[in-house]
Parts: sequence; structure tokens; C-alpha cells
Amino acid sequence: MTDRPFAGDPEVAARHTEYWRRNIRYMGILLAVWFLVSFGFGILLAEPLNAFRVPGTGFPLGFWFAQQGSIYVFVVLIFVYVRLMNGLDREFGVDEGGTG
Amino acid sequence: MTVQSWTFLLVAASFALYIGIAIWSRASTTKDFYVAGAGVSPLANGMATAADWMSAASFISMAGLISFMGYDGTVYLMGWTGGYVLLALCLAPYLRKFGAFTVPDFVGDRYYSQVARVVAVICAIFVSFTYVAGQMRGVGIVFGRFLEVDINTGVYIGMAIVFFYAVLGGMKGITYTQVAQYCVLIFAYLVPAIFLSILIAGNPIPQLGFGGLDQGTGIALLERLNGLHEELGFAAYTSGTKSTLDVFFITAALMVGTAGLPHVIIRFYTVPRVRDARLSVGYALIFIALLYTTAPAIAVFARTNLITSVSETPYSEVPEWFTQWEETGLLAFDDVNGDGRIQFVGPDSPITNELTVDRDIMVLANPEIAGLPDWVVGLVAAGGLAAALSTAAGLLLVVSSAVSHDLLKRTFMPKITEKGELLAARIAAGVAVMVAGYFGINPPGFVAQVVAFAFGLAAASFFPVIILGIFSKRTTREGAILGMITGVTITAAYIVYFALMNPELNNADNWWFGISPEGFGTVGMLVNFAITMVVSRFTPEPPVHVRVLVEGIRIPRGAGEAHEISA
Repeated sequence: MTDRPFAGDPEVAARHTEYWRRNIRYMGILLAVWFLVSFGFGILLAEPLNAFRVPGTGFPLGFWFAQQGSIYVFVVLIFVYVRLMNGLDREFGVDEGGTG
Repeated sequence: MTVQSWTFLLVAASFALYIGIAIWSRASTTKDFYVAGAGVSPLANGMATAADWMSAASFISMAGLISFMGYDGTVYLMGWTGGYVLLALCLAPYLRKFGAFTVPDFVGDRYYSQVARVVAVICAIFVSFTYVAGQMRGVGIVFGRFLEVDINTGVYIGMAIVFFYAVLGGMKGITYTQVAQYCVLIFAYLVPAIFLSILIAGNPIPQLGFGGLDQGTGIALLERLNGLHEELGFAAYTSGTKSTLDVFFITAALMVGTAGLPHVIIRFYTVPRVRDARLSVGYALIFIALLYTTAPAIAVFARTNLITSVSETPYSEVPEWFTQWEETGLLAFDDVNGDGRIQFVGPDSPITNELTVDRDIMVLANPEIAGLPDWVVGLVAAGGLAAALSTAAGLLLVVSSAVSHDLLKRTFMPKITEKGELLAARIAAGVAVMVAGYFGINPPGFVAQVVAFAFGLAAASFFPVIILGIFSKRTTREGAILGMITGVTITAAYIVYFALMNPELNNADNWWFGISPEGFGTVGMLVNFAITMVVSRFTPEPPVHVRVLVEGIRIPRGAGEAHEISA
């Protein structure tokens, strides 16, 4: 199947625009979480959060987010994005085929 | 066997492995040389990216820096991992779809301008050399201490190894060597950390151990360390001393810099498909996080160990490692009050500090301080070398491809043959190794600090124009060129002014808004964004073929192999 989005087919163009809109929305939500855990919990709110402990450990909460928690969240965010986008690619028929 | 024979054995074995891989994976085409034939699996690429990424600064300096900075060390931990989220969500998949060989390739084609391409080449070379300078110094330190050869000889040996596999194998050789180097370096990092964690906290998982209880006293480790700090006049470990604003800006500069570093970006040209690029960033971050979540644990263990083993110890009774590091000049004791004991105290203490410890030695000295077996000490040396060499090789490839591909093939000698270009790439890699070696012999400052500047420069030059190139079709060449030049110039000027020309003025009172030179890349980036967007608004729209190109890179289907784009 040849896929020439700009050959003038308005239906294809509209589908691509919708795909891009959804992609931007996923990105926006995930980047908001990214900002919240790192710059929010780990930096701006670190001092007040340090009044609490991570349950069952000696970690002050703000310190833990800054040096551990945010990094775990980063990993999860990327894999969530990978899943969402693989689904989106298939839904809009713009995936690359093959297995894996 | 002694520490030194273990070290020789492990370092020699790891070097033999790298050379073997280099011979097996020789590059025969420019595509092999630049992007490893775009046939690397996402998992292998993730591992190679992690090794490429984790430099001597991560391996040797970072835990030491954190152990001296406490909470402030957060800037490195979040700064050097958070950028991967930006990379996965905003850059890697689109650049893979674009499918060229280098970062200036993208800039030149997207901004339909040879001037933009050349500006990008200059920025790439500038950033890469700033970064590589730190690596060679790391190689020198490891050789100097563990193999007891002259630091310069150490640098020559390191150069010879990198020369061999970078020049011979290009990206293909580098990628597979980096996979091996990742395994060596992560093993070397985790083994002592696990030992320490069991010893100090009674928990084999360092990430949990440093939040646990101190085995000796039964109080929470972090609480105990805060107590020790208070007693000795240091700031509380879990709070730090930097202003919140500065921490914010440095973290942002490192994150964005990560996403703008050419040697990281090109790694995602080497996988077969767009979705592999996304997945590969995820794998890379897992491999990186393994080290980055261990580092703060090592920092806490090392700090506690250092304080308890040297504070108020009579100088005549210091352990063997103390004397050995003293010989390298990286550890110094000056008995100011003449009582024969070591007073190791912070700035808030009424008495004078007598011990200076170079931050770079903490990870390397840690196994000895904790009295771990000799082979662990040798392993750490091999790991440090793996980290420094893998990053150096990745950076040298950027420099060589910038010269042979972007400057010769795409700008000045478009008629150059495939064979000629490959030869030019090899010569450029060879010359780059020499220059890197020069910096190793005449090193500029702390490893991590020099490296931190490279991030500021990458953040201020590439990140905005790549992001806008993908997400805004209206961005014009005039905007991009002016944005890149202004961003990199003001950042470099600020760094040079405070760090090189007037180090005595380099403190929060003189900085603009209290932002340190390490964090100024964030300002440079914002200025770059602003200028690029404003200028784009007032200059003629990009031509139709560029808008079609941008529409194309937003859709995964049809990525195919990395190829030349005829503009």
C-alpha cells in the first residue's frame, strides 16, 4: 500500500490531523505528570513534603521523590507512552507492520 | 592476588573483549559507520545508549558529588534521567522517521539552509569537545591510581583503544562495544553497592538500604547522617544548601541538554522503525535508572563511612587507602591545630577543617574504605574505564560524522565518493581522538562540572530548534539560525565569564537572579525559543516541500532505513 498523505486525499489528511491531535494530548498529559513528580514534588514542594516519611522507611518524602521516586516514574511514563502510541498507530492505520 | 594484579587482570580482560568485538563488527559502508546500518535491536540499542550516556562523570564523579552535596545532588539524578522522557515523547520517534545520519542533517534539511547546517555542525563539535574533555580526565584518574602508571601514559593507552574501535568500526563497532561496556560498568557499580548495603544497612538492595536502619546504632541511616552533619557543621544532608530556583534551573538545563545532545540523539537513528525508537528510549532509561537509583545510596553509605572512619582519627593510625590516595594528591591532610588528629568539619563549625577530599575519588575509594575484597576494587577500575571509553567513542563519532558527512559530503564536496567519505570519516575520527587526548593530558577542572557545561550548551543550541522543527511548521530558517546562535553565545559567554575568566565572582551574589553557570543553559534555551518563534513570525513561510517533510515525520508509516534525503 502506498501512503502518500499529501497527494490531496482530504480523508487521509483529516485522519492524520486527528492522529496528531491525539498524540499531542497523550504527550501533554504525560508531560504534566513528568513535571509534577520532578519539578513539583522533587524540587518546589520538597521542603514541605520532607515533613512526611515514606511509610516503613527512613526516607523524607520530598528527598525520596528527588533522588528515587521521580526516576521510577520517568521509566513508567515512557512505557505508558509506548503502549498508547502503538495502539494509536494501529487505530489510525499508520503503524509500520512487522511483529514485535 | 593483590589489588593491583586483580586490577591489571580485569582491565586487560575487558580491553581484549572490546578489541575482539571491534574486529568482528568492522564497518564497510558509510551507513554502517554512521548509524550501524540502522539494524540494531531496540534492546541492544537501549544498552548501548546507556553506556554511551553514562560517562566517567556518572560512574566516577556523580555518587561522590552527591555525597558531598546531599539533597543538592538531586540536580544530577533527575537532570540526567528526566531528559529521556522528553526524548521519547518529543524527539526520538520523529527524528527516526526523518531518518538521516546526523543532527546537523536534520537541522539543514528542515531549515532548508546550508547556513543552518553549518551552524549546527559548529554547535555539535563545540558541545562534543566540551564533553569529551571530561572523559579523558576520568581515564587518566583511573589509570593513575589503580595501575600506578603516569596519568599521561594512562591517557595514551585509552586513546589507543578508542582509536582502534572507533576508527575501524564506526557506529557499528561502537554500538556493540558499548553493549559489552554497559555490562562491565553496571556489574562493577552494583557489586560494591550491594556489599556496602549489606554491611551498613543489612539490606542487599541499595535502593531500599539507604532508607533503612543503620546496623551499628539502630537509628535510620539518613537521620544519623543528618545528625553527624549537624555535629560537624555541615548543612543537613537531606536539605542541601542551593536555592530552590537554582536547583530548578540546573535540573532543567541538564534534562533539556540530555534531549539535545547529538551523541544521544543519533543513537535513535540506528534502530529499524519508529516504534523501536520509542521503545529503545524506554530500555535505555531502565538501564540508566539501575545506576542512577543506586548512586544516591552509595553517596549516603560513602558519606557515613568517610565521616566515621576519618573524623577525629589520629593521623598515625589512618588506614592504607588513605595514604595511597594522599600520594595522588586527591586527598590532603593539613594538621592546622597540631593535635595529630584529623578534624573533618563543615563551614558552620567553630574549628578549622583539616581534610580536603577530591569528590572524584569517592566511588573509586569506596570499596577500600569499606574493606571489600581486592577483586571488587579491580572491578571498579575496569568499570570506570568502560564508562569513560564508551562515552568518548560516542562523542568522537559525532565529531567525525559532523566533519565527513555534514561538512564534506553535504556542504563542500557533494561529489565525494562513498569510499572517499568513509576514509574522511575515519581520518576525522582519528584527529578527534588526538584532540581528546590533549584535553586528557591538560584537563580542565572537575569531570562532572565540565560535563555539566556541555549540557547547558546543548540545551541552548539544539533542543529548541529540533522541537520547533517538528511541532511548528511555521518555524523558518532565519528564526532557527538566529535562535541557535544567540542561545549558544549567551550561554557560553555566561559560563566563560564566571567559570573561566572571573572564578572569584562565581557565587550567588553576582549571578543573574541567582542562577549558576550550570543552570544558565535553561535561560539560553528560553531565549533561543523566544527568538526562533518571534523571528519566524516575521520572515517568509517555509517552502511547501518543508511543510510536507514535517507532515511526513509526524506519521510513523514508511520509516524504512536511514537514508540520505535529497532536499
